[in-house]
Amino acid sequence: MIGIEHYLTVGAILFVLGVLGIFLNRKNVIVILMAVELILLAVNLNLVAFSAFLQDLTGQVFAMLVLTVAAAEAAIGLAILVIYFRTRGSIAVDDINRMKG
Amino acid sequence: MIQAIAFYFFATIVVASAVMVVMARNPVHSVLWLILAFFNAAGLMVLLGAEFIAMLLVIVYVGAVAVLFLFVVMMLDIDFAAMRAGFSRNAPLGLLIAAVLLAELLLAVGAYNAGGLSLGTADGSAVQAADTSNIEALGALLYGRYIVLFEIAGIILLVAMIGAIVLTFQPPKPGARARQDVGKQIRRRPEDATVMKSPEVGQGIEL
Repeated sequence: MIGIEHYLTVGAILFVLGVLGIFLNRKNVIVILMAVELILLAVNLNLVAFSAFLQDLTGQVFAMLVLTVAAAEAAIGLAILVIYFRTRGSIAVDDINRMKG
Repeated sequence: MIQAIAFYFFATIVVASAVMVVMARNPVHSVLWLILAFFNAAGLMVLLGAEFIAMLLVIVYVGAVAVLFLFVVMMLDIDFAAMRAGFSRNAPLGLLIAAVLLAELLLAVGAYNAGGLSLGTADGSAVQAADTSNIEALGALLYGRYIVLFEIAGIILLVAMIGAIVLTFQPPKPGARARQDVGKQIRRRPEDATVMKSPEVGQGIEL
């Protein structure tokens, strides 16, 4: 029988893969943003799993809020990426610290 | 039994596609793997009985966020090969941190499994009644007890929308190209714009 620990394990693996993605693709902001989405997906999976196994819908409400924040973050992040590319012609993360003031 | 098969099916695909998101050479492929991961995570959530969150995941993540990523990846003209220059250099540290983090998280799950921890008990105030659907119960909760959170979520989305528009909006350069003059368009009358001619047979019209 599938218990909560199965879902928590999948959530943990997804979370770790997201963190690994940030480390592996340090130069590519787009993949970093995708890795952040993976992390938020893992968080959502945990929230929904606890919600289901505790018989309490509050976790699903919070999963929706996480989803909202993830969507907003993706929109703002990609907008920043587009204007950064427009001014610099590249999206190398190493150059972003030059953006002072 | 069928639940276990479905769980392992979805879980395997979601983990494998997450690996491919991180490892894929081409960011377009990364986005496509991300879409597969979201679909299968939605399958896991259906298994958990959270149909509404599952549908939301498909609509919001696959329909909006992933497509947004796809647009940006395809719009920006970037040399992605150069982006992977530090890939193998970063790999040992990243793998080490990932292994430690995974061990810690699985240790926590194992500690729960060993019976040392309890999940606590819900107070039963947000329990889904047996005769209501998931969406109905979630809606009652969202528009009732969590109405303030719901409004805040709306404000977050509004701020994100305005922010994205303000950030990417380019004011038109003066004199760059012909601008639309609404007043001039409205002032234009039919008699200025059309002429009646009745040409003879076989003759053209000189304008």
